[in-house]
Amino acid sequence: MTEHVQRNYVKIWAMLCALLVVSILGPLIGIRMLTVITAFGVAIVKAFLVAKHFMHLDIEKRWVAYVLLAMIGFIVVMFAGIAPDVMKHDGLRWENTAAKEAVRSGGGAVAGGHR
Amino acid sequence: MTGIPTGRLAVWWVLASEIVIFGGLLGAYIMHRIGHPEWEGQAIHTNVWAGGFNTFVLLSSSLSAVLAHQAAERGDGKSAARLLLLTAAGGATFLIVKAFEWTAEITSGFTIGSNLFWSFYYTAAGLHALHVLAGMVILLFVAATAAKNIELHRVENIGIYWHFVDIVWIFLFPLLYIAK
Repeated sequence: MTEHVQRNYVKIWAMLCALLVVSILGPLIGIRMLTVITAFGVAIVKAFLVAKHFMHLDIEKRWVAYVLLAMIGFIVVMFAGIAPDVMKHDGLRWENTAAKEAVRSGGGAVAGGHR
Repeated sequence: MTGIPTGRLAVWWVLASEIVIFGGLLGAYIMHRIGHPEWEGQAIHTNVWAGGFNTFVLLSSSLSAVLAHQAAERGDGKSAARLLLLTAAGGATFLIVKAFEWTAEITSGFTIGSNLFWSFYYTAAGLHALHVLAGMVILLFVAATAAKNIELHRVENIGIYWHFVDIVWIFLFPLLYIAK
């Protein structure tokens, strides 16, 4: 087992709860950038705290963290490859008419629709 | 050879594959969300307080899971078992809240087929809920053996899995509930 260092788990849990309050209250202020920082920035900090202190990744064999980070790297590659096609609705020789129509009408987006 | 006990090594491999499963799903959601600003009109109907309460429940269940691990380290199987049962109760609470939440949303007409936002919403939250359910079953099994003071290393293994389920929800919460 990996439990070799003394940690105050209740204190870490209290920090996580405080961060949860920040992520809920942040968007109430109504500034979009602040919402992004408080909601997603706080999520990254919370995930880091759980991984480090509760999953004990800091005292686990180093290669485990590298394997997990490699998986996140695969996701980044997938995102970079697909996102331009999904996030943009037209290009030099193509147009996603269904997505444009969904945005225009304010209704639900539908898959496909390229031409 | 790896320097890690086989059981824990297996858990890390499972989590590596889970990162790709949830990462792919959430990555696809993020890119569609950015490409479809009109989804804000759908996202506004998700219940922030139910999501926030469930986040608190999962964070607290992660605390009991890590305290169970601490008890197992001391060789106190009975305390570890009690704390694992508390963790499973957290999972049950999470699912009950989710059931009420989904009932309200479905009766309001927001079903998995309503549009892509709700498709992502039910798929991501549903897949996560299945992981919570699977974790609860394993938690109960490990608690039963830990109460007899046998195979205490399992307490850490299920704890690692449960913390991962917590981390997935930590990202689902802002994506599905906060970003309006």
